[in-house]
Amino acid sequence: MSNETIGRARIIPALLLKGQGLVKGVRFKRHTYVGDPINAVKIFNDKEVDELIFLDISASREGRKVPLSLVEKIADECFMPFAVGGGIRNVNDVRELISAGAEKVVINTAAIETPELITEASSIFGSQSIIVSIDVKTTWLGKKRVYSLSGRKKTSLDPVDWARKAEKLGAGELFVNSIDRDGSMSGYDLELLKALSGAVNIPVIACGGAGKIEDLSDVIHKGGVAAAAAGSFFVFHGRRRAVLINFPTKSEIEDICRGKLKPPGKEEEAP
Amino acid sequence: MVVVVDYGMGNLRSILYKLSKFKLEAIASSSPADIRRADKLILPGVGHFAKGMENLRKFGLLEILNERVLGDKIPILGICLGVQLFTKHSEEGDVAGLGWVDAATRRFSFPEGMQQLRIPHIGWNTVKLRRPSRFWPEFPPEKRFYFVHSYHISCSDPRDVVGVSDYGCEFVSILEKGNIFGTQFHPEKSHRDGFAVLSHFVRS
Repeated sequence: MSNETIGRARIIPALLLKGQGLVKGVRFKRHTYVGDPINAVKIFNDKEVDELIFLDISASREGRKVPLSLVEKIADECFMPFAVGGGIRNVNDVRELISAGAEKVVINTAAIETPELITEASSIFGSQSIIVSIDVKTTWLGKKRVYSLSGRKKTSLDPVDWARKAEKLGAGELFVNSIDRDGSMSGYDLELLKALSGAVNIPVIACGGAGKIEDLSDVIHKGGVAAAAAGSFFVFHGRRRAVLINFPTKSEIEDICRGKLKPPGKEEEAP
Repeated sequence: MVVVVDYGMGNLRSILYKLSKFKLEAIASSSPADIRRADKLILPGVGHFAKGMENLRKFGLLEILNERVLGDKIPILGICLGVQLFTKHSEEGDVAGLGWVDAATRRFSFPEGMQQLRIPHIGWNTVKLRRPSRFWPEFPPEKRFYFVHSYHISCSDPRDVVGVSDYGCEFVSILEKGNIFGTQFHPEKSHRDGFAVLSHFVRS
């Protein structure tokens, strides 16, 4: 975290796209439609979130790109920086997304298959605009391994080794998603995140498992990450997972960053 | 009419879209004729300083910009690279700028023994107010804005400094000299406070 001492930890909604719509799943599966991305941007504008991450989860698998017209619409509406990932294969894909208005791109499958893309893209666009995303799942032997293609394809990569390599190749940030915890709302994988954030000097964005506000605080203070991202936690409300976009208030965020939280139990009124 | 000067340095779409909320005529243009008709100018920009100056020259905009800004004294808002171009010189490419303000554009460098912060400076940072701006007299004392830059402005005349921020060293984040106004941060990406900067500028 040595590079992140200026400014506070970030809290980032990570929103999943399937083409034009927003979806959310559990353990990278069973995705349900949760709404219109532009509408979500407008709500997160009101909440004054630090930044947004959009990931098209079926782009790589379907061999297509994130619709550029959608990225342009997001850029129009967004009053904050945002990152886009999904289906990026080469430098030209990165260029298209950045000229459509994204500040950063998120590369996952292509980073594993063609690692030189990270180096090439970060030398052209600056490492600050290149996020390497690492999806991690525990194997039946209890080992943690990196998966590609939205969690479909197992690789032989160890998450810590891959994180170090991605940093060396020129990644500006790492977006680390625990497939085991995705959508579970049972807390982040602190052990994994601590190991990863301790292994690299670039900011680590943690994702997967946030279910309550204390989880955000824990992953920052115990996991040592620079940013806490969440999907379900910001999109679903209550036990029945009703779709309702919500976000911690400014004073809650301050408490998260200072590691001070009020005792749990009080549920916030929906706006 | 507000003209967002298009000189091939970055995406203007996001700024134009935000200006469209003010219900006034705003266009992006690289035509001297449009700049001649403008009541206000915005000079945005992302990229290399030397390339920015080269493009202003290549697009044939230096003369008309000098005429409108220094002669007619119409308000101009520089954003990021745009405000840096107002200075006399930049260490980025070691070239002269527009020279409208007695200031220089320098690379971030941190004294030995101090923490070596990452360059570029990227992310949300606070702006501290040094004096009120003519465009926004009641500017709130401490607000957060979104920054992305490797070079920063140092003013020779402290009267040209409206706001400063800290990144290993203090640098000028809001510059203002008469009708010449600029922000190192991106108001179009900085939530309501950024929107307020744009709004005060275009409505003043």
